[in-house]
Amino acid sequence: MTGPLVDHTIDSIRSGLLAKKFSAEEFTREALSFAEAENPKTNAYLTLAPERALASAKAVDEKIAAGIDPGLLAGVPIGVKDVIVTRGLRTTCASRMLANYIPPYDATAVIRLEQAGGIILGKTNCDEFAMGSSTENSAFGPTRNPVALDRVPGGSSGGSAAVVAQGTATLALGSDTGGSIRQPASFCGVVGVTPTYGRVSRYGLTAFASSLDHIGPLSRTVRDSARLLQAIAGRDEMDSTSAFTPVPDYVSELNAAPEGRLRGKKIGLPKEYFDGLSSETGDLIMRAVDVLQKAGCQVVDIELPHTPYAVACYYVIATAEASSNLARYDGVRYTARASGSGTLADMYRVTRDEGFGAECKRRIMLGTYVLSAGYYDAYYLKAQKVRALVARDYAQAFEQVDAIVGPVSPHPAFKLGQMVDDPIAMYLADIYTITGDLAGVPCMSVPCGTTGEGLPVGLQIFARHFNETEMFRIADTYQRTAAS
Amino acid sequence: MITEQEIRRVAELANLALTDHEVAKMALDLSGILTNVDKLNELDTTGVEPMAQVFVHAENPAGETATLREDRERPPLGNRDALANAPLAGSGYFKVPKVIERA
Repeated sequence: MTGPLVDHTIDSIRSGLLAKKFSAEEFTREALSFAEAENPKTNAYLTLAPERALASAKAVDEKIAAGIDPGLLAGVPIGVKDVIVTRGLRTTCASRMLANYIPPYDATAVIRLEQAGGIILGKTNCDEFAMGSSTENSAFGPTRNPVALDRVPGGSSGGSAAVVAQGTATLALGSDTGGSIRQPASFCGVVGVTPTYGRVSRYGLTAFASSLDHIGPLSRTVRDSARLLQAIAGRDEMDSTSAFTPVPDYVSELNAAPEGRLRGKKIGLPKEYFDGLSSETGDLIMRAVDVLQKAGCQVVDIELPHTPYAVACYYVIATAEASSNLARYDGVRYTARASGSGTLADMYRVTRDEGFGAECKRRIMLGTYVLSAGYYDAYYLKAQKVRALVARDYAQAFEQVDAIVGPVSPHPAFKLGQMVDDPIAMYLADIYTITGDLAGVPCMSVPCGTTGEGLPVGLQIFARHFNETEMFRIADTYQRTAAS
Repeated sequence: MITEQEIRRVAELANLALTDHEVAKMALDLSGILTNVDKLNELDTTGVEPMAQVFVHAENPAGETATLREDRERPPLGNRDALANAPLAGSGYFKVPKVIERA
């Protein structure tokens, strides 16, 4: 017996493998059968990949038998969001448009995690083309929150957060454009990390809004996310926006000087992040801030004055980029094609009308509108200028403090169907996560307790560009202190 | 307020064939969202450079830029793989409906 995945971390799996308590193949078989049995409760996986997983596991076992280091993620079961392409393994983007799409190549992050010995168990559900905050916009049905099955897991990486919370994977890859890793992590009570823009290659991540898209890890412990990030980060010549900046050994840095490492660190509390919070969420955040203060942090009140404009700014820029990126789904090269006769132009229109769900169409329409003649300057150019102001807010705040902390979402997980008819309310709830994407700074959610109803709340931590180490130190200290 | 006529024009630009019901709903939704977006006009952005991207480390220590690399041959995807997901293909090509109707 290897025990349920919820009790395992990267380190415990590695120790079990090296001590021959179990083989990677045995562990993977058990993980697959557990995932198969549990998945109907949540619909978190869209596709399980037993053949690929077992082949990867055998490769790990062979390396161990040959005395070769099996890699940073040896034998670790991982769920991959279904907007990240996997060669030979169906990748749907949770859209009817790509219901049968079998990619001919792997995303760089996928190649790297498999090279590190990671086991891809399957592909996880999400909002269609990562557009949404609840995973209700999936063409293959919503995912339910494992913590409270009548509630959403958040989105758009809801399936990735759910498999980690449910214990049907140890780690997951998600993607974040406006909060799509951190918000579901907070709703499901797991850790979710949005690295610095450019830290992880976007090659093979289906493009939504290219200047805002990130791939990042989800896990139960901060250390496991740090390890997964280390495995997938770094320059990739297939993505010209991937950074040359060297990738640190984050976990070793966490192990160095563990006592008193936060002494004298300045953490900023942005006042704009505490307006309009539910009182329970606010209380939990302030309790987490107390923990950090006791660990030696100095708390400083700061301002991010353009925060109230971030949602409007984001929904112009993200939809403009999306309208361009989603133009490629035209029924010619790799999507379903609507049946019926007509000219090429008719075929494009009917294919796109049948293939895209309501939220995708809304965003394509909005993006096309703000880019169209006569509106470009008023909307798109204006939003790009406001984006510069949001980024400047962070630059100025980081002159005063080492990190910024606040809530992830104004409220915990809501009930399925509760917000479906109010897209604007759904957009506005992204207020605390969107600014980090606009500025390209690293940010994450770490669980900081539950409400009276037992719903998880996440503490958000932001750091300077490429200073994930600082962010992990604060999150790891918090997670260990709060657990003890 | 965006009119249904404007919605139809934008749908044409976006290659979307919306039903009458979708057009009416879209006019309402987009009008609501753009009313929120108008909030951006409260900010004076005179002299602010528009920010198209946030990528901050575009050079490595050796001065190599992120966007230019050595131009060298590498194996391409290949015709068979490229066509494998096509709804309709033949003779090594993607097949599409008629582009122009003959009179």
